[in-house]
Amino acid sequence: MTSIGTSSGNVSVQSQALSVAETGGDPTKPPRSIKSVVGKVVLWVLLILFSLAFLYPFAWLLSASLKPRGEVFDNSLIPKTFTPGNYAEVWEQLPLLNWMGNSVLIALLAAGFVTLSSSLVAFGFAYFKFPGRNKIFALVLATMMLPGAVTLIPTYLIWNNIGLVGTNVPLWGANLFGSAFYIFLQRQFFLGLPRELFEAARVDGASYWGLFWRIAAPLSVPSFVIVFLFEFQASWNNLQAPLIYLNFGSPDNYTVPLGIAYAMTKFSPTNGGQGDYQLVMVAALLVTLPMLILFAFGQRYFIEGIATQGRKG
Amino acid sequence: MTATVAKTDTSDSPNKKSKAPPQFKRKYNRGEAIAGFLFITPWLLGFLIFTLGAMIYSLVISFSNYQLSLDIATPVGFANYERLFDDPKVMIALGNTLFFAVMAVPLEIIFALFLATLLNRVGRGAGIFRTLFYLPKMTPSVATASVFLLLLNGNYGAINRGLAAIGIQGPQWLVDPSWVKPSIVIMTLWGVSGTMVIFLAALKNVPRDLYEVASLDGAGPVRQFFNITLPMISGAIFFNVLVLTIAALQVFDQAFLLFWRDQTSAAPEASLFYAVYLFQQAFRAFNFGFASAMAWLLFLIIAIITFIQFRYGNRFVYYEGDDK
Repeated sequence: MTSIGTSSGNVSVQSQALSVAETGGDPTKPPRSIKSVVGKVVLWVLLILFSLAFLYPFAWLLSASLKPRGEVFDNSLIPKTFTPGNYAEVWEQLPLLNWMGNSVLIALLAAGFVTLSSSLVAFGFAYFKFPGRNKIFALVLATMMLPGAVTLIPTYLIWNNIGLVGTNVPLWGANLFGSAFYIFLQRQFFLGLPRELFEAARVDGASYWGLFWRIAAPLSVPSFVIVFLFEFQASWNNLQAPLIYLNFGSPDNYTVPLGIAYAMTKFSPTNGGQGDYQLVMVAALLVTLPMLILFAFGQRYFIEGIATQGRKG
Repeated sequence: MTATVAKTDTSDSPNKKSKAPPQFKRKYNRGEAIAGFLFITPWLLGFLIFTLGAMIYSLVISFSNYQLSLDIATPVGFANYERLFDDPKVMIALGNTLFFAVMAVPLEIIFALFLATLLNRVGRGAGIFRTLFYLPKMTPSVATASVFLLLLNGNYGAINRGLAAIGIQGPQWLVDPSWVKPSIVIMTLWGVSGTMVIFLAALKNVPRDLYEVASLDGAGPVRQFFNITLPMISGAIFFNVLVLTIAALQVFDQAFLLFWRDQTSAAPEASLFYAVYLFQQAFRAFNFGFASAMAWLLFLIIAIITFIQFRYGNRFVYYEGDDK
């Protein structure tokens, strides 16, 4: 049932699948239907086993969130003592509602700003001809290679000098200036639009801003959605930035990930907690659920965004 | 931002109509060039402040003793850089991180490619599995860590209970120093689906007729995989290795959540990753000068590794039509 057990089983199955397929590739013997059926079966068995391995932690999370304190570790997927009360108790033990509100606000601002700013910049690179354009765009791409660790400390000091550490501004402020990967992605999209469309609009007297706002933007809604969803997810899941900018304030100002890290420590027996891991599980489930829903609705945008990432290589 | 926008609108359109462009340079339309610069202004400002400015700032601080409360940076020469070699924890953290990267990156590549190959073969129904495989990627690291913290518990955790059921005594994953990094590798592999999707897209781009020709020539699936598939997706492999390596060298969330979130308890030194130690030095001990020197060392290491990968990895990459 565990991922370890299944994966060791898979190795032997896999080599079998390969050897079966290899002998089946002989073109002099066309009837190979039995072997291809075996191959299909092996394929489906593997896929189902991996699906179980990928889903098991989710099932475990759901189950643990419904168990009483003493049974969290009992390793049964169906709670012996069904305890939905955890879902009520967690709101009393932790300021989860505040955390959710903070997380939603920050993610909306971060995603909204980066979508707008990146698309403006991307349109600048895609439509206009100006001296040094290609060199500057190469610089944009180069910043993607810069490890975040290098700018982490000076960025903190910049926000600290303006007096904004402890507020949520550092968690979305830099998004007003565009972000390299999103600029790349949206530029690709703009370049795909027929240039005659813009020429015609120019003839009709559209301003440059009009070209962007009335023509390029409405036609690029899918790329806007990709960028928005990606950044929303990145912001929602982010742990390090809230840890740096919000950690010393009141727990009420935390985001959900930072709050859960705080709860893990707070409930830990080494800190005098009672080991209320079932409540941590409820919180972990509640922080994951919005992302799963987001994925359910925006799946093709996520997949397309990731695939674009690979195409630039 | 609206201010920039308003400027674009008012300033350049009259400009364009009233003045003749050619004094700028024949190649560029002056109004268009100005508008272009206005559109990219947000990025230029961000670059000057949060990239270039930040890098210079970081360099200055790495050569000084910075006191946060007073906002005073006293120059100390190379002292912070010398300390990199005096502080044994820096080398431990670096060793841990490199060891983790060497273990995690190849496993991630192989596992992701294997999953992508399966999905590419299944045809109908691939969508469902792709969705299922992708879910871990959507999961916040804090949720992943809190679940695996319990799953990997040496005494009660589900993974060791499962191993015990088939007669294997599981290790103390999160306590035994030699199992700490494999634990984080397992968590990383669980979230490998981003890499998988990139591979899947690359696999779909391999022309079908190549396989048809090969099978007419009598090449079995294994030979087809090594002689067609791998060369045709080498660009995606190269990209993924590059990205995963850079990510592995900066791994923070899992190590921090599993071992270092609680400052009072003792964590095994084997779990001290470079980014975690950097974080501790900067934001717990407030040694910004030393932490900046650490950041530059990491930058140098990542730059060298990336350079080597480009230098020696690129020759294995097949570019269609040799357009690069």
